[in-house]
Amino acid sequence: MSTALTLFRREFVSYFVTPVAYVFIVIFLALLGAMTFFLGGFFSRGQADLAPFFAFHTWLYLLLVPAVSMRLWSDERKTGTIELLLTLPISPTAAVLAKFFAAWAFAAIALALTFPMWITVNYLGNPDNGVIVAGYVGSLVMAGAFLAIGSCFSTASKNQVIAFVLAVMACLLFTVAGTPLVLEFVSGWAPQRVIDVVASLSFIANFDAISKGVLDLVNLVYFISVIALFLFINVVLVNTLKAR
Amino acid sequence: MAAMIEVAGLAKRFGAIQAVDDISLAVEKGEVLGFLGPNGAGKSTTMKMITGFLEPDAGTARICGFDIREKPIEAKRHLGYMPEGAPSYHEMTPLGFLGFIAGVRGFSGQEADDRIRLAARRTQLESVMYQPIDTLSRGYKRRVGLAAALLHDPDVLILDEPTDGLDPNQKHEIRTLIQEMAPKKAIIISTHILEEVDAVCSRAIIIARGRIVADGTPAELEAKSATHNVVSVTAGMETLAQLSDAISQLNKIARVEIDGRRLIAVPAPGMDALEDVRALVRQKGVFVEDVRLERGRLEDVFRAVTTGRGAAGNTLGGTR
Repeated sequence: MSTALTLFRREFVSYFVTPVAYVFIVIFLALLGAMTFFLGGFFSRGQADLAPFFAFHTWLYLLLVPAVSMRLWSDERKTGTIELLLTLPISPTAAVLAKFFAAWAFAAIALALTFPMWITVNYLGNPDNGVIVAGYVGSLVMAGAFLAIGSCFSTASKNQVIAFVLAVMACLLFTVAGTPLVLEFVSGWAPQRVIDVVASLSFIANFDAISKGVLDLVNLVYFISVIALFLFINVVLVNTLKAR
Repeated sequence: MAAMIEVAGLAKRFGAIQAVDDISLAVEKGEVLGFLGPNGAGKSTTMKMITGFLEPDAGTARICGFDIREKPIEAKRHLGYMPEGAPSYHEMTPLGFLGFIAGVRGFSGQEADDRIRLAARRTQLESVMYQPIDTLSRGYKRRVGLAAALLHDPDVLILDEPTDGLDPNQKHEIRTLIQEMAPKKAIIISTHILEEVDAVCSRAIIIARGRIVADGTPAELEAKSATHNVVSVTAGMETLAQLSDAISQLNKIARVEIDGRRLIAVPAPGMDALEDVRALVRQKGVFVEDVRLERGRLEDVFRAVTTGRGAAGNTLGGTR
Protein backbone atom coordinates (compact mmCIF):
# COMPACT_ATOMS: atom_id res chain seq x y z
CA MET A 1 0.00 0.00 0.00
CA SER A 2 2.75 2.44 0.93
CA THR A 3 4.41 1.38 -2.32
CA ALA A 4 1.38 2.47 -4.33
CA LEU A 5 1.11 5.69 -2.31
CA THR A 6 4.74 6.51 -3.08
CA LEU A 7 4.09 6.04 -6.78
CA PHE A 8 0.89 8.10 -6.54
CA ARG A 9 2.83 10.93 -4.93
CA ARG A 10 5.59 10.81 -7.50
CA GLU A 11 3.15 10.90 -10.40
CA PHE A 12 1.12 13.69 -8.83
CA VAL A 13 4.13 15.86 -8.06
CA SER A 14 5.57 15.24 -11.52
CA TYR A 15 2.69 17.24 -13.02
CA PHE A 16 3.83 20.30 -11.13
CA VAL A 17 7.55 19.89 -11.73
CA THR A 18 7.14 20.68 -15.40
CA PRO A 19 5.06 23.58 -16.76
CA VAL A 20 2.44 21.07 -17.93
CA ALA A 21 0.27 21.51 -14.87
CA TYR A 22 0.24 25.29 -14.99
CA VAL A 23 -0.37 25.47 -18.72
CA PHE A 24 -3.17 22.97 -18.41
CA ILE A 25 -4.86 24.70 -15.49
CA VAL A 26 -4.63 28.15 -17.05
CA ILE A 27 -6.00 26.98 -20.40
CA PHE A 28 -8.72 24.94 -18.71
CA LEU A 29 -9.90 27.84 -16.58
CA ALA A 30 -9.65 30.41 -19.36
CA LEU A 31 -11.56 28.31 -21.88
CA LEU A 32 -14.16 27.29 -19.37
CA GLY A 33 -14.69 30.92 -18.36
CA ALA A 34 -14.90 32.11 -21.94
CA MET A 35 -17.37 29.39 -22.88
CA THR A 36 -19.55 29.97 -19.84
CA PHE A 37 -19.82 33.72 -20.35
CA PHE A 38 -19.81 34.04 -24.14
CA LEU A 39 -21.22 30.80 -25.50
CA GLY A 40 -23.34 29.92 -22.51
CA GLY A 41 -24.69 33.43 -21.92
CA PHE A 42 -24.13 33.24 -18.18
CA PHE A 43 -25.37 36.80 -17.55
CA SER A 44 -27.93 37.19 -20.30
CA ARG A 45 -29.86 34.12 -19.15
CA GLY A 46 -30.65 35.91 -15.95
CA GLN A 47 -30.69 32.73 -13.92
CA ALA A 48 -28.60 32.00 -10.84
CA ASP A 49 -27.31 28.55 -11.72
CA LEU A 50 -24.22 26.96 -13.23
CA ALA A 51 -25.94 25.17 -16.12
CA PRO A 52 -24.06 27.15 -18.80
CA PHE A 53 -20.85 26.38 -16.92
CA PHE A 54 -21.34 22.61 -16.74
CA ALA A 55 -22.69 22.41 -20.28
CA PHE A 56 -19.21 22.74 -21.74
CA HIS A 57 -17.32 20.38 -19.44
CA THR A 58 -17.76 17.34 -21.67
CA TRP A 59 -16.38 19.07 -24.76
CA LEU A 60 -13.53 20.69 -22.91
CA TYR A 61 -12.56 17.40 -21.24
CA LEU A 62 -12.65 15.69 -24.61
CA LEU A 63 -9.71 17.81 -25.72
CA LEU A 64 -7.86 18.51 -22.50
CA VAL A 65 -8.13 15.38 -20.36
CA PRO A 66 -6.31 13.10 -22.84
CA ALA A 67 -3.49 15.63 -22.62
CA VAL A 68 -3.25 14.92 -18.90
CA SER A 69 -3.27 11.16 -19.29
CA MET A 70 -1.18 10.78 -22.46
CA ARG A 71 2.15 10.72 -20.70
CA LEU A 72 1.20 8.27 -17.95
CA TRP A 73 2.55 5.16 -19.69
CA SER A 74 3.87 6.25 -23.05
CA ASP A 75 6.52 8.40 -21.39
CA GLU A 76 7.66 5.46 -19.27
CA ARG A 77 7.92 3.35 -22.39
CA LYS A 78 9.80 5.99 -24.33
CA THR A 79 12.40 6.77 -21.67
CA GLY A 80 12.77 3.14 -20.61
CA THR A 81 11.75 3.86 -17.03
CA ILE A 82 8.96 1.32 -17.44
CA GLU A 83 11.67 -1.31 -17.08
CA LEU A 84 12.67 0.25 -13.79
CA LEU A 85 9.09 0.59 -12.61
CA LEU A 86 8.06 -2.96 -13.43
CA THR A 87 11.13 -4.47 -11.78
CA LEU A 88 10.41 -2.67 -8.51
CA PRO A 89 8.32 -4.62 -6.01
CA ILE A 90 5.02 -3.19 -7.22
CA SER A 91 2.28 -5.08 -9.03
CA PRO A 92 1.04 -3.82 -12.42
CA THR A 93 -2.42 -3.36 -10.91
CA ALA A 94 -1.09 -1.14 -8.14
CA ALA A 95 0.96 0.85 -10.65
CA VAL A 96 -2.04 1.40 -12.93
CA LEU A 97 -4.21 2.51 -9.99
CA ALA A 98 -1.53 4.80 -8.55
CA LYS A 99 -1.01 6.54 -11.87
CA PHE A 100 -4.72 6.85 -12.56
CA PHE A 101 -5.50 8.34 -9.16
CA ALA A 102 -2.60 10.77 -9.46
CA ALA A 103 -4.02 12.04 -12.76
CA TRP A 104 -7.49 12.13 -11.28
CA ALA A 105 -6.31 14.11 -8.27
CA PHE A 106 -4.71 16.59 -10.63
CA ALA A 107 -7.96 16.91 -12.60
CA ALA A 108 -9.80 17.42 -9.30
CA ILE A 109 -7.52 20.34 -8.47
CA ALA A 110 -8.14 21.94 -11.86
CA LEU A 111 -11.87 21.49 -11.34
CA ALA A 112 -11.73 22.83 -7.79
CA LEU A 113 -10.04 25.99 -9.08
CA THR A 114 -13.28 26.90 -10.82
CA PHE A 115 -14.67 27.84 -7.38
CA PRO A 116 -14.94 31.57 -8.29
CA MET A 117 -17.84 30.58 -10.57
CA TRP A 118 -19.63 29.12 -7.60
CA ILE A 119 -18.91 32.20 -5.49
CA THR A 120 -20.09 34.49 -8.29
CA VAL A 121 -23.38 32.73 -8.75
CA ASN A 122 -24.01 32.76 -5.01
CA TYR A 123 -23.16 36.46 -4.88
CA LEU A 124 -25.54 37.27 -7.72
CA GLY A 125 -28.50 35.21 -6.58
CA ASN A 126 -29.71 32.21 -4.66
CA PRO A 127 -28.81 29.14 -6.65
CA ASP A 128 -29.66 25.59 -5.64
CA ASN A 129 -26.28 24.60 -4.23
CA GLY A 130 -27.33 20.95 -4.15
CA VAL A 131 -27.55 20.97 -7.93
CA ILE A 132 -24.15 22.63 -8.15
CA VAL A 133 -22.57 19.99 -5.90
CA ALA A 134 -24.15 17.28 -8.04
CA GLY A 135 -22.70 18.98 -11.10
CA TYR A 136 -19.22 19.01 -9.61
CA VAL A 137 -19.45 15.36 -8.56
CA GLY A 138 -20.68 14.41 -12.01
CA SER A 139 -17.93 16.42 -13.68
CA LEU A 140 -15.29 14.75 -11.52
CA VAL A 141 -16.42 11.18 -12.27
CA MET A 142 -16.70 12.06 -15.96
CA ALA A 143 -13.15 13.39 -15.89
CA GLY A 144 -12.19 10.08 -14.27
CA ALA A 145 -13.79 8.15 -17.12
CA PHE A 146 -11.93 10.24 -19.70
CA LEU A 147 -8.68 9.71 -17.79
CA ALA A 148 -9.16 5.95 -17.57
CA ILE A 149 -9.66 5.79 -21.33
CA GLY A 150 -6.64 8.06 -21.85
CA SER A 151 -4.45 6.02 -19.50
CA CYS A 152 -5.41 2.89 -21.36
CA PHE A 153 -4.41 4.33 -24.72
CA SER A 154 -1.26 5.76 -23.22
CA THR A 155 -0.10 2.16 -22.79
CA ALA A 156 -0.63 1.52 -26.48
CA SER A 157 2.16 3.69 -27.82
CA LYS A 158 5.59 5.03 -26.95
CA ASN A 159 4.57 8.21 -28.69
CA GLN A 160 2.55 10.66 -26.61
CA VAL A 161 0.96 12.27 -29.67
CA ILE A 162 -0.36 8.93 -30.88
CA ALA A 163 -1.59 8.15 -27.38
CA PHE A 164 -3.33 11.53 -27.30
CA VAL A 165 -5.02 11.19 -30.69
CA LEU A 166 -6.22 7.64 -30.01
CA ALA A 167 -7.58 8.69 -26.62
CA VAL A 168 -9.41 11.69 -28.11
CA MET A 169 -10.99 9.43 -30.72
CA ALA A 170 -12.11 6.89 -28.13
CA CYS A 171 -13.43 9.64 -25.87
CA LEU A 172 -15.24 11.20 -28.82
CA LEU A 173 -17.07 7.95 -29.47
CA PHE A 174 -18.29 7.86 -25.89
CA THR A 175 -19.15 11.53 -25.93
CA VAL A 176 -21.26 11.49 -29.07
CA ALA A 177 -22.77 8.03 -28.52
CA GLY A 178 -26.17 9.54 -27.75
CA THR A 179 -26.23 12.10 -30.56
CA PRO A 180 -28.16 11.66 -33.84
CA LEU A 181 -24.82 11.27 -35.64
CA VAL A 182 -24.24 7.90 -34.02
CA LEU A 183 -27.83 6.85 -33.36
CA GLU A 184 -28.86 7.29 -36.99
CA PHE A 185 -25.88 5.25 -38.07
CA VAL A 186 -26.88 2.44 -35.70
CA SER A 187 -30.65 2.64 -36.13
CA GLY A 188 -30.44 1.65 -39.79
CA TRP A 189 -29.68 -1.96 -38.99
CA ALA A 190 -29.65 -2.61 -35.24
CA PRO A 191 -32.65 -3.59 -33.12
CA GLN A 192 -34.13 -1.04 -30.77
CA ARG A 193 -32.47 -2.62 -27.74
CA VAL A 194 -29.01 -2.06 -29.19
CA ILE A 195 -29.90 1.52 -30.03
CA ASP A 196 -30.97 2.08 -26.44
CA VAL A 197 -27.73 0.61 -25.15
CA VAL A 198 -25.65 2.79 -27.47
CA ALA A 199 -27.64 5.86 -26.48
CA SER A 200 -27.17 5.08 -22.80
CA LEU A 201 -23.39 4.99 -23.27
CA SER A 202 -23.31 8.69 -24.01
CA PHE A 203 -21.17 10.74 -21.65
CA ILE A 204 -23.24 13.82 -22.48
CA ALA A 205 -26.55 12.22 -21.58
CA ASN A 206 -25.22 10.72 -18.36
CA PHE A 207 -23.52 13.92 -17.32
CA ASP A 208 -26.54 16.07 -18.21
CA ALA A 209 -28.70 13.92 -15.99
CA ILE A 210 -26.35 14.43 -13.05
CA SER A 211 -25.69 18.14 -13.57
CA LYS A 212 -29.42 18.89 -13.70
CA GLY A 213 -29.43 17.87 -10.07
CA VAL A 214 -30.83 14.39 -10.57
CA LEU A 215 -27.95 12.64 -8.84
CA ASP A 216 -29.18 9.26 -9.98
CA LEU A 217 -27.08 6.31 -8.91
CA VAL A 218 -27.37 4.84 -12.41
CA ASN A 219 -25.38 7.67 -13.99
CA LEU A 220 -22.68 7.58 -11.32
CA VAL A 221 -22.44 3.81 -11.59
CA TYR A 222 -22.14 4.22 -15.34
CA PHE A 223 -19.07 6.47 -15.12
CA ILE A 224 -17.50 4.34 -12.41
CA SER A 225 -18.03 1.23 -14.55
CA VAL A 226 -16.31 2.93 -17.48
CA ILE A 227 -13.38 3.77 -15.19
CA ALA A 228 -13.20 0.20 -13.87
CA LEU A 229 -13.45 -1.34 -17.33
CA PHE A 230 -10.70 0.78 -18.85
CA LEU A 231 -8.39 0.42 -15.86
CA PHE A 232 -8.84 -3.33 -16.13
CA ILE A 233 -7.90 -3.20 -19.82
CA ASN A 234 -5.01 -0.96 -18.82
CA VAL A 235 -3.66 -3.62 -16.45
CA VAL A 236 -4.02 -6.26 -19.15
CA LEU A 237 -2.14 -4.04 -21.60
CA VAL A 238 0.67 -3.41 -19.13
CA ASN A 239 0.96 -7.16 -18.63
CA THR A 240 1.13 -7.78 -22.37
CA LEU A 241 3.99 -5.27 -22.58
CA LYS A 242 5.95 -7.81 -20.56
CA ALA A 243 5.27 -10.57 -23.04
CA ARG A 244 6.80 -8.88 -26.06
CA MET B 1 22.31 -23.40 0.41
CA ALA B 2 20.85 -22.96 -3.04
CA ALA B 3 22.40 -20.43 -5.36
CA MET B 4 21.07 -16.88 -5.00
CA ILE B 5 20.32 -16.62 -8.69
CA GLU B 6 19.08 -19.73 -10.44
CA VAL B 7 18.12 -19.58 -14.08
CA ALA B 8 16.51 -22.62 -15.65
CA GLY B 9 15.90 -23.07 -19.35
CA LEU B 10 15.02 -19.47 -20.22
CA ALA B 11 13.88 -18.97 -23.79
CA LYS B 12 12.42 -16.04 -25.68
CA ARG B 13 11.47 -15.61 -29.30
CA PHE B 14 10.78 -12.28 -31.00
CA GLY B 15 9.02 -13.05 -34.24
CA ALA B 16 11.37 -15.13 -36.34
CA ILE B 17 14.35 -14.49 -34.09
CA GLN B 18 15.17 -16.83 -31.24
CA ALA B 19 16.66 -14.16 -28.98
CA VAL B 20 17.36 -16.44 -26.03
CA ASP B 21 17.54 -20.18 -26.44
CA ASP B 22 17.53 -22.37 -23.34
CA ILE B 23 19.85 -20.51 -20.99
CA SER B 24 20.49 -21.99 -17.56
CA LEU B 25 22.95 -20.80 -14.96
CA ALA B 26 23.43 -20.33 -11.24
CA VAL B 27 25.24 -17.60 -9.33
CA GLU B 28 26.33 -18.06 -5.72
CA LYS B 29 26.90 -15.47 -3.06
CA GLY B 30 30.29 -13.84 -3.55
CA GLU B 31 30.34 -14.43 -7.27
CA VAL B 32 30.47 -11.69 -9.90
CA LEU B 33 29.28 -13.18 -13.14
CA GLY B 34 30.23 -11.39 -16.33
CA PHE B 35 27.75 -11.72 -19.15
CA LEU B 36 29.65 -11.37 -22.40
CA GLY B 37 28.51 -11.42 -25.95
CA PRO B 38 28.31 -9.42 -29.12
CA ASN B 39 25.53 -6.86 -29.49
CA GLY B 40 22.23 -8.60 -30.01
CA ALA B 41 23.43 -11.89 -28.54
CA GLY B 42 20.63 -11.96 -25.98
CA LYS B 43 22.37 -10.52 -22.90
CA SER B 44 19.82 -7.82 -22.18
CA THR B 45 16.86 -10.04 -23.05
CA THR B 46 18.12 -12.66 -20.59
CA MET B 47 18.53 -10.03 -17.87
CA LYS B 48 15.06 -8.65 -18.55
CA MET B 49 13.62 -12.10 -18.04
CA ILE B 50 15.61 -12.79 -14.88
CA THR B 51 14.40 -9.51 -13.39
CA GLY B 52 10.78 -10.12 -14.34
CA PHE B 53 10.40 -7.34 -16.87
CA LEU B 54 9.93 -9.71 -19.78
CA GLU B 55 7.80 -12.82 -19.66
CA PRO B 56 9.88 -15.79 -20.91
CA ASP B 57 8.41 -18.20 -23.46
CA ALA B 58 9.85 -21.06 -21.42
CA GLY B 59 11.88 -21.55 -18.26
CA THR B 60 12.11 -19.32 -15.22
CA ALA B 61 14.49 -17.65 -12.80
CA ARG B 62 14.65 -17.79 -9.03
CA ILE B 63 15.99 -14.91 -6.96
CA CYS B 64 16.93 -16.07 -3.44
CA GLY B 65 14.55 -18.98 -3.92
CA PHE B 66 11.59 -16.89 -5.12
CA ASP B 67 10.34 -17.73 -8.57
CA ILE B 68 10.15 -14.52 -10.60
CA ARG B 69 7.03 -15.72 -12.40
CA GLU B 70 5.17 -17.10 -9.41
CA LYS B 71 6.31 -14.76 -6.63
CA PRO B 72 7.37 -11.63 -8.53
CA ILE B 73 7.00 -9.16 -5.66
CA GLU B 74 9.07 -11.20 -3.19
CA ALA B 75 11.72 -11.91 -5.83
CA LYS B 76 11.94 -8.22 -6.75
CA ARG B 77 12.40 -7.25 -3.09
CA HIS B 78 15.68 -9.17 -3.09
CA LEU B 79 16.77 -7.78 -6.40
CA GLY B 80 18.54 -4.61 -7.43
CA TYR B 81 18.41 -4.08 -11.17
CA MET B 82 19.90 -1.38 -13.32
CA PRO B 83 18.44 -1.64 -16.82
CA GLU B 84 20.51 -0.81 -19.89
CA GLY B 85 21.11 2.94 -20.11
CA ALA B 86 20.23 3.41 -16.42
CA PRO B 87 16.79 4.96 -16.98
CA SER B 88 15.50 7.35 -14.33
CA TYR B 89 12.87 10.07 -14.10
CA HIS B 90 14.75 13.00 -15.56
CA GLU B 91 12.56 15.74 -14.18
CA MET B 92 13.43 14.68 -10.63
CA THR B 93 16.57 15.42 -8.66
CA PRO B 94 18.72 12.47 -7.51
CA LEU B 95 17.44 13.16 -4.00
CA GLY B 96 13.81 13.02 -5.12
CA PHE B 97 14.40 9.99 -7.29
CA LEU B 98 16.18 8.03 -4.58
CA GLY B 99 13.45 9.11 -2.17
CA PHE B 100 10.91 7.62 -4.55
CA ILE B 101 12.87 4.36 -4.78
CA ALA B 102 13.19 4.25 -0.99
CA GLY B 103 9.43 4.74 -0.64
CA VAL B 104 8.61 2.02 -3.14
CA ARG B 105 11.04 -0.26 -1.30
CA GLY B 106 9.10 0.40 1.88
CA PHE B 107 11.58 2.61 3.74
CA SER B 108 10.44 5.75 5.48
CA GLY B 109 11.68 8.42 7.88
CA GLN B 110 15.20 8.19 9.24
CA GLU B 111 15.87 4.81 7.67
CA ALA B 112 15.03 6.12 4.21
CA ASP B 113 17.26 9.17 4.75
CA ASP B 114 20.15 7.00 5.92
CA ARG B 115 19.85 4.64 3.00
CA ILE B 116 19.67 7.48 0.48
CA ARG B 117 22.74 9.10 2.03
CA LEU B 118 24.67 5.83 2.00
CA ALA B 119 23.74 5.01 -1.60
CA ALA B 120 24.67 8.56 -2.65
CA ARG B 121 28.01 8.31 -0.90
CA ARG B 122 28.88 4.94 -2.40
CA THR B 123 28.14 6.21 -5.89
CA GLN B 124 29.63 9.67 -5.21
CA LEU B 125 26.48 11.57 -6.00
CA GLU B 126 26.52 13.90 -3.01
CA SER B 127 27.49 17.01 -4.97
CA VAL B 128 24.58 16.78 -7.41
CA MET B 129 21.74 15.68 -5.14
CA TYR B 130 19.69 18.83 -5.75
CA GLN B 131 20.15 19.19 -9.51
CA PRO B 132 17.54 17.84 -11.91
CA ILE B 133 18.78 14.54 -13.36
CA ASP B 134 18.12 16.05 -16.79
CA THR B 135 21.03 18.43 -16.34
CA LEU B 136 23.55 15.81 -15.17
CA SER B 137 26.31 14.30 -17.27
CA ARG B 138 26.06 10.76 -18.55
CA GLY B 139 28.39 9.47 -15.86
CA TYR B 140 26.24 10.95 -13.11
CA LYS B 141 23.04 9.63 -14.67
CA ARG B 142 24.60 6.17 -14.69
CA ARG B 143 25.50 6.54 -11.04
CA VAL B 144 21.97 7.67 -10.18
CA GLY B 145 20.71 4.43 -11.71
CA LEU B 146 23.31 2.47 -9.81
CA ALA B 147 22.43 4.19 -6.52
CA ALA B 148 18.78 3.27 -7.09
CA ALA B 149 19.72 -0.38 -7.62
CA LEU B 150 21.88 -0.43 -4.47
CA LEU B 151 19.62 1.52 -2.17
CA HIS B 152 17.99 -1.43 -0.41
CA ASP B 153 21.30 -3.33 -0.17
CA PRO B 154 19.92 -6.25 -2.20
CA ASP B 155 21.24 -9.81 -2.08
CA VAL B 156 21.17 -9.97 -5.84
CA LEU B 157 22.42 -7.24 -8.12
CA ILE B 158 21.92 -7.29 -11.86
CA LEU B 159 23.57 -4.49 -13.83
CA ASP B 160 23.15 -4.16 -17.57
CA GLU B 161 26.29 -2.53 -18.98
CA PRO B 162 27.11 -0.53 -15.86
CA THR B 163 30.17 1.19 -17.34
CA ASP B 164 29.02 1.74 -20.91
CA GLY B 165 29.85 5.25 -22.07
CA LEU B 166 31.82 6.26 -19.01
CA ASP B 167 35.30 7.72 -19.01
CA PRO B 168 38.19 5.62 -17.66
CA ASN B 169 38.07 7.21 -14.20
CA GLN B 170 34.36 6.63 -13.86
CA LYS B 171 34.74 3.06 -15.07
CA HIS B 172 37.38 2.48 -12.46
CA GLU B 173 35.16 3.88 -9.68
CA ILE B 174 32.25 1.68 -10.64
CA ARG B 175 34.43 -1.41 -10.87
CA THR B 176 35.88 -0.67 -7.46
CA LEU B 177 32.39 -0.32 -6.07
CA ILE B 178 31.31 -3.65 -7.58
CA GLN B 179 34.37 -5.35 -6.10
CA GLU B 180 33.63 -3.89 -2.67
CA MET B 181 30.10 -5.23 -2.72
CA ALA B 182 30.95 -8.59 -4.26
CA PRO B 183 31.60 -10.70 -1.10
CA LYS B 184 28.07 -10.26 0.25
CA LYS B 185 26.07 -10.48 -2.93
CA ALA B 186 25.46 -12.43 -6.09
CA ILE B 187 26.12 -10.06 -8.97
CA ILE B 188 25.57 -10.32 -12.71
CA ILE B 189 26.98 -7.62 -14.97
CA SER B 190 26.71 -7.57 -18.72
CA THR B 191 29.38 -5.98 -20.79
CA HIS B 192 31.09 -6.15 -24.10
CA ILE B 193 34.24 -4.65 -22.66
CA LEU B 194 36.56 -7.61 -22.14
CA GLU B 195 39.00 -5.90 -19.80
CA GLU B 196 36.10 -5.44 -17.42
CA VAL B 197 35.72 -9.17 -17.04
CA ASP B 198 39.33 -9.46 -15.95
CA ALA B 199 38.92 -6.49 -13.66
CA VAL B 200 35.82 -7.47 -11.71
CA CYS B 201 34.38 -10.86 -12.62
CA SER B 202 35.04 -14.12 -10.83
CA ARG B 203 33.33 -15.99 -13.65
CA ALA B 204 32.34 -15.23 -17.19
CA ILE B 205 29.72 -16.58 -19.53
CA ILE B 206 29.86 -15.86 -23.23
CA ILE B 207 26.55 -15.78 -25.06
CA ALA B 208 26.11 -15.90 -28.81
CA ARG B 209 22.87 -16.20 -30.76
CA GLY B 210 20.96 -16.72 -27.52
CA ARG B 211 23.01 -19.64 -26.27
CA ILE B 212 25.81 -20.03 -23.72
CA VAL B 213 28.95 -20.85 -25.70
CA ALA B 214 31.56 -20.60 -22.95
CA ASP B 215 31.45 -20.62 -19.16
CA GLY B 216 34.38 -20.41 -16.76
CA THR B 217 36.69 -18.18 -14.77
CA PRO B 218 38.45 -15.51 -16.83
CA ALA B 219 41.66 -17.59 -16.55
CA GLU B 220 39.91 -20.74 -17.76
CA LEU B 221 38.51 -18.88 -20.73
CA GLU B 222 41.89 -17.40 -21.53
CA ALA B 223 43.33 -20.90 -21.49
CA LYS B 224 41.11 -21.72 -24.46
CA SER B 225 42.77 -19.00 -26.46
CA ALA B 226 45.11 -19.95 -29.28
CA THR B 227 47.75 -17.74 -27.71
CA HIS B 228 47.54 -19.47 -24.35
CA ASN B 229 50.92 -20.78 -23.19
CA VAL B 230 52.88 -19.53 -26.16
CA VAL B 231 56.30 -18.05 -25.43
CA SER B 232 56.94 -14.67 -26.95
CA VAL B 233 60.41 -13.24 -27.38
CA THR B 234 60.88 -9.55 -28.09
CA ALA B 235 64.21 -8.54 -29.58
CA GLY B 236 65.85 -6.90 -32.55
CA MET B 237 65.09 -8.39 -35.96
CA GLU B 238 68.58 -9.82 -36.54
CA THR B 239 68.64 -11.41 -33.13
CA LEU B 240 65.27 -13.04 -33.77
CA ALA B 241 66.49 -14.41 -37.09
CA GLN B 242 69.48 -15.88 -35.25
CA LEU B 243 67.29 -17.45 -32.60
CA SER B 244 64.37 -18.75 -34.61
CA ASP B 245 66.03 -21.88 -36.01
CA ALA B 246 67.41 -22.92 -32.64
CA ILE B 247 64.10 -22.37 -30.90
CA SER B 248 62.13 -24.29 -33.49
CA GLN B 249 64.44 -27.23 -32.90
CA LEU B 250 63.63 -27.40 -29.22
CA ASN B 251 61.70 -30.55 -28.33
CA LYS B 252 58.81 -28.81 -26.71
CA ILE B 253 58.22 -26.33 -29.51
CA ALA B 254 55.81 -27.17 -32.29
CA ARG B 255 56.36 -24.14 -34.52
CA VAL B 256 57.72 -20.62 -34.56
CA GLU B 257 56.31 -17.43 -36.10
CA ILE B 258 57.96 -14.04 -36.43
CA ASP B 259 56.04 -10.79 -36.51
CA GLY B 260 58.33 -7.77 -36.70
CA ARG B 261 60.22 -7.58 -33.42
CA ARG B 262 58.31 -10.41 -31.80
CA LEU B 263 58.90 -14.11 -32.06
CA ILE B 264 56.11 -16.45 -31.08
CA ALA B 265 57.04 -19.98 -30.11
CA VAL B 266 54.03 -22.24 -30.00
CA PRO B 267 54.64 -25.21 -27.73
CA ALA B 268 53.57 -28.78 -28.45
CA PRO B 269 50.25 -29.56 -26.76
CA GLY B 270 50.46 -29.59 -22.98
CA MET B 271 54.07 -28.42 -22.87
CA ASP B 272 55.47 -25.47 -20.91
CA ALA B 273 58.39 -24.23 -22.95
CA LEU B 274 59.27 -21.01 -21.15
CA GLU B 275 62.28 -22.33 -19.24
CA ASP B 276 63.72 -24.04 -22.29
CA VAL B 277 63.47 -20.88 -24.38
CA ARG B 278 65.03 -18.80 -21.59
CA ALA B 279 67.91 -21.29 -21.24
CA LEU B 280 68.50 -21.21 -24.98
CA VAL B 281 68.60 -17.43 -25.07
CA ARG B 282 71.05 -17.37 -22.18
CA GLN B 283 73.21 -19.98 -23.84
CA LYS B 284 73.33 -18.01 -27.10
CA GLY B 285 74.34 -14.93 -25.15
CA VAL B 286 72.26 -12.54 -27.29
CA PHE B 287 70.39 -9.50 -26.03
CA VAL B 288 66.62 -9.79 -25.88
CA GLU B 289 64.25 -7.28 -24.38
CA ASP B 290 61.72 -9.73 -23.06
CA VAL B 291 60.87 -13.42 -22.89
CA ARG B 292 57.46 -14.20 -21.54
CA LEU B 293 54.66 -16.74 -21.34
CA GLU B 294 51.39 -15.50 -22.80
CA ARG B 295 48.29 -16.13 -20.71
CA GLY B 296 46.08 -16.07 -23.74
CA ARG B 297 43.69 -13.38 -24.74
CA LEU B 298 40.03 -13.28 -23.81
CA GLU B 299 39.43 -11.34 -26.98
CA ASP B 300 40.58 -14.28 -29.10
CA VAL B 301 38.32 -16.67 -27.23
CA PHE B 302 35.45 -14.23 -27.50
CA ARG B 303 35.89 -13.94 -31.25
CA ALA B 304 36.39 -17.66 -31.66
CA VAL B 305 33.28 -18.74 -29.79
CA THR B 306 30.98 -15.97 -30.97
CA THR B 307 31.84 -16.15 -34.66
CA GLY B 308 32.83 -19.79 -34.89
CA ARG B 309 36.10 -18.67 -36.48
CA GLY B 310 39.62 -18.00 -35.33
CA ALA B 311 39.99 -20.71 -32.70
CA ALA B 312 43.04 -22.11 -34.42
CA GLY B 313 43.68 -18.87 -36.26
CA ASN B 314 46.43 -16.37 -36.08
CA THR B 315 48.43 -16.61 -32.91
CA LEU B 316 50.10 -13.30 -33.54
CA GLY B 317 48.32 -10.64 -31.60
CA GLY B 318 49.34 -7.78 -29.41
CA THR B 319 50.53 -8.58 -25.93
CA ARG B 320 48.11 -7.60 -23.23
